[in-house]
Amino acid sequence: MIELPKTSRRKFLRNIGYISVGFPLLSSCFAEQDQKIAARINYDGNLPGSMRNASKVNAWLQVLENGRVLVFSGKVELGQGIRMAICQVAAEELDLELDQVEVHLAETGVTPDEGYTAGSGSVPNSAMSVRYAAATARQKLLELASDKLKTSIENLILYGGKVKSKNGNQSLNFAEILEGAQIDLEVTRPVPVKINTEYRYVGKSIHRKDIPKMVRGEAIYIQDLRFPGMVHARVLRPASYQAKLLSIDQSDLTSQVSGVLKTHINGSFVGVIAEREYQAIQAENFLRRKAKWSSGTEFPEEKNLFDHIKSIADPARNVREEGIVSSEFSSKNTIKAKYTKPYIMHGSIGPACGIAKYDGETLHIWSHSQGIYPMRRAISGMLKMEESKIHVISVPGAGCFGHSTADDAAADAAILALEYPGKHIRVQWSRNDEHTWEPYGTAMIMEMEASLDDQGKITAWKSDVWTDSHSLRPDSDPATLLDTRYLENPVQLKGRGYLGGGHRNADPYYDFPNMQVNAYFFEGPLRVSSLRSLGAYSNIFAIESFMDELAEKGDKDPIEFRIAHLTDERAIATLKKLKDITQSQSVKEGEGIGYAFSRYKNNTAYCSIAAKVKVDPETGKVNIQKMWAVGDVGQIINLDGIKNQFEGGMIQAASWTLKEQVRFSGEKISSEDWYDYPIFRFPEIPEVEVEMIDRPNENAEGGGEVSMPPTGAAIANAVYRASGKRVNDLPITSEKILG
Amino acid sequence: MPKYNLHINGSQKSVETEADTPLLYVLRDYLELNGPKFGCGLSQCGACMVLIDGVAETSCVRPVGSIRDSKIITLEGLADNNEKLHPVQEAFVQEQAAQCGYCLNGMVIASVSLLRKNPNPNDSEIREGLELNLCRCSAHSRILKAVKSAAKNL
Repeated sequence: MIELPKTSRRKFLRNIGYISVGFPLLSSCFAEQDQKIAARINYDGNLPGSMRNASKVNAWLQVLENGRVLVFSGKVELGQGIRMAICQVAAEELDLELDQVEVHLAETGVTPDEGYTAGSGSVPNSAMSVRYAAATARQKLLELASDKLKTSIENLILYGGKVKSKNGNQSLNFAEILEGAQIDLEVTRPVPVKINTEYRYVGKSIHRKDIPKMVRGEAIYIQDLRFPGMVHARVLRPASYQAKLLSIDQSDLTSQVSGVLKTHINGSFVGVIAEREYQAIQAENFLRRKAKWSSGTEFPEEKNLFDHIKSIADPARNVREEGIVSSEFSSKNTIKAKYTKPYIMHGSIGPACGIAKYDGETLHIWSHSQGIYPMRRAISGMLKMEESKIHVISVPGAGCFGHSTADDAAADAAILALEYPGKHIRVQWSRNDEHTWEPYGTAMIMEMEASLDDQGKITAWKSDVWTDSHSLRPDSDPATLLDTRYLENPVQLKGRGYLGGGHRNADPYYDFPNMQVNAYFFEGPLRVSSLRSLGAYSNIFAIESFMDELAEKGDKDPIEFRIAHLTDERAIATLKKLKDITQSQSVKEGEGIGYAFSRYKNNTAYCSIAAKVKVDPETGKVNIQKMWAVGDVGQIINLDGIKNQFEGGMIQAASWTLKEQVRFSGEKISSEDWYDYPIFRFPEIPEVEVEMIDRPNENAEGGGEVSMPPTGAAIANAVYRASGKRVNDLPITSEKILG
Repeated sequence: MPKYNLHINGSQKSVETEADTPLLYVLRDYLELNGPKFGCGLSQCGACMVLIDGVAETSCVRPVGSIRDSKIITLEGLADNNEKLHPVQEAFVQEQAAQCGYCLNGMVIASVSLLRKNPNPNDSEIREGLELNLCRCSAHSRILKAVKSAAKNL
């Protein structure tokens, strides 16, 4: 018999989040439904990485006093629907109704530390941890009920939040079984999980519960949080990356702008707090006019960016070597191509927001950060304040698509909260702040070289990739937070973060006997960090454009050419299905269909994309008429949710491919708003169709980034077929097509 | 400070603020409405849209002093008195036409405005009607389906 620590009523109540998007309490209308016992199978594979530091059942779920189940996840909701996916998995294993499960997302001291919500990792890590914890809990609940009811487990049914004897005479809900305790039990293999043929929720298209709240304008986002006495703040960002504050004349501020409560200047950090939000904006505008900044270093000229990158890059670092490529490249059938991608933006529709309150002892922070525990480490370092004195609560913001500005806004609020204790300080970034200070997805150069034999098979392949970091996310280095670099005694970044993202998917998934991949790392002129799919989008753009060039050189059909170089049946299945669903398409003059494939990170989910485009021969304007995706994410948790992710990924990547490029000049970022940095608008949106291949016996992989990498190349290949012009230099604009 | 009496979602609301305060800040900060969202402050993205006398307009640059007797409906005011959702709201739920949902306010408001003028728009008329509204998650194809299905149910 395990020790079950008693849990107080207060703890139950405290665990309900502030604006928890949980489910309403419903009466137990589920009780009399089908109560058959689903078959189970012992899972003896690896446990998710997230369980390393949270190995016990009660780290992932607790039973509430009313018998409902509260599930904990250290991941955050980014619009990807993770809350629903986790709810489905928990309800499945515990045979609950969906509305008997509440999900509490990331909060320090409450949920497990699952690092960042990134890399399509929330399903394989968080949802699977919940699956194994819930399956373990189910077994324990049955054992305890068996003792209490003095009957064998075989004589019990667990369903709808109750354990009943089969003859129906006795019944206990989960809370009655646990008597206020929680299941303080290690999750150990083998775990008896429900067999997938008996699933009620997993794999189904289940509507998200937050969308009805969104359409009614209920409080969902951090921007909607309102606390009694909350005040509004703005931070005046420096005139450029390297600019330092020389002077600021505040003498007329309070006579010119009403409601100003405090200004706080520390080094080149300028913050202002006001009673009302619009007063804070006016105060920031006033201070901007009165601030004098030193000038900084100029950016390289845009047209010289890629030469500049090569000139500052480190020597090659070999990241993969199979066989010998050099001897193959001496043969005649060797071709080369160079591809480039500019800096691009996350471009969240909702600029960052952070709220903080210092109560004299603890600093409470509300943030839409993707990683509240790592952000706490960075803020702790920046403020020289113990981590245990900082409490961070995740609240959804607008979709962020990687590490953007949420953490910086939280840092702004934290600094100001310490200066103005006792009140909730709400910092809202402007559109200009967001566009000009976000950490972009880095510019990259991809050079490809390959040789073909007489049968049109690739015998050798080399990828050379020039890349800056793809992750300077907040963590133990406080300079990952923007403010740290501008406070008095500024601290600059110690390193370049995670570099591996630059060569993500730079080694083709195809079976080539000789392959070499080299990375040339550089520290570029613009601030960068993680953008959805990291280097995979650029590398697959290059690889899959080049595969089409090689297919044409070998006079092969592009799909058959890819299949001829693959042995993984799941990869081949996506291409074959894509061919099936697109082969009836007629292609008129000026139109073309292009294809591309990738397996994200070469070890997770598969995606093949087709794009049909029309290119106007006079104007060079590209119109994407339709895109198709065939995906395989292994076991599907929520079919509609994964389709939504695939559709969004395709359209966003299509916008990157045709339109997007961060502009800069002198020492300024000149892409300051949506006119200077245009993205897709409705008239440009292609029709999209997504087919998923469900593989319930395979691992469940995330799908947030999977459809983006092949989208760029599919469009480039289609543009080539439609216009005869191959554009290797993103974005694919009409000038480049006509040029 | 001047005082403004505004018609918002069928009620009279009184607000004291500077005449140049954009309507968005009056709605969010003074009246504590959540529907209209701050997205750009430049009338470029549509996240802050409200209906002004039945027509979708951005509220982020429009000074409160210019509103006068116009009737304003926000996302919160679309459902009927029995809390039954407007057909456009209902269609967005049915089509799961959102990811993060931050742009959804503007999408719903612009669609209501469009369908009021043109109850049976074709595909390109819907696209034109929503041209100002940006969605970065790129739920566009679902939003288009939602507007078409709402048009059938109006």
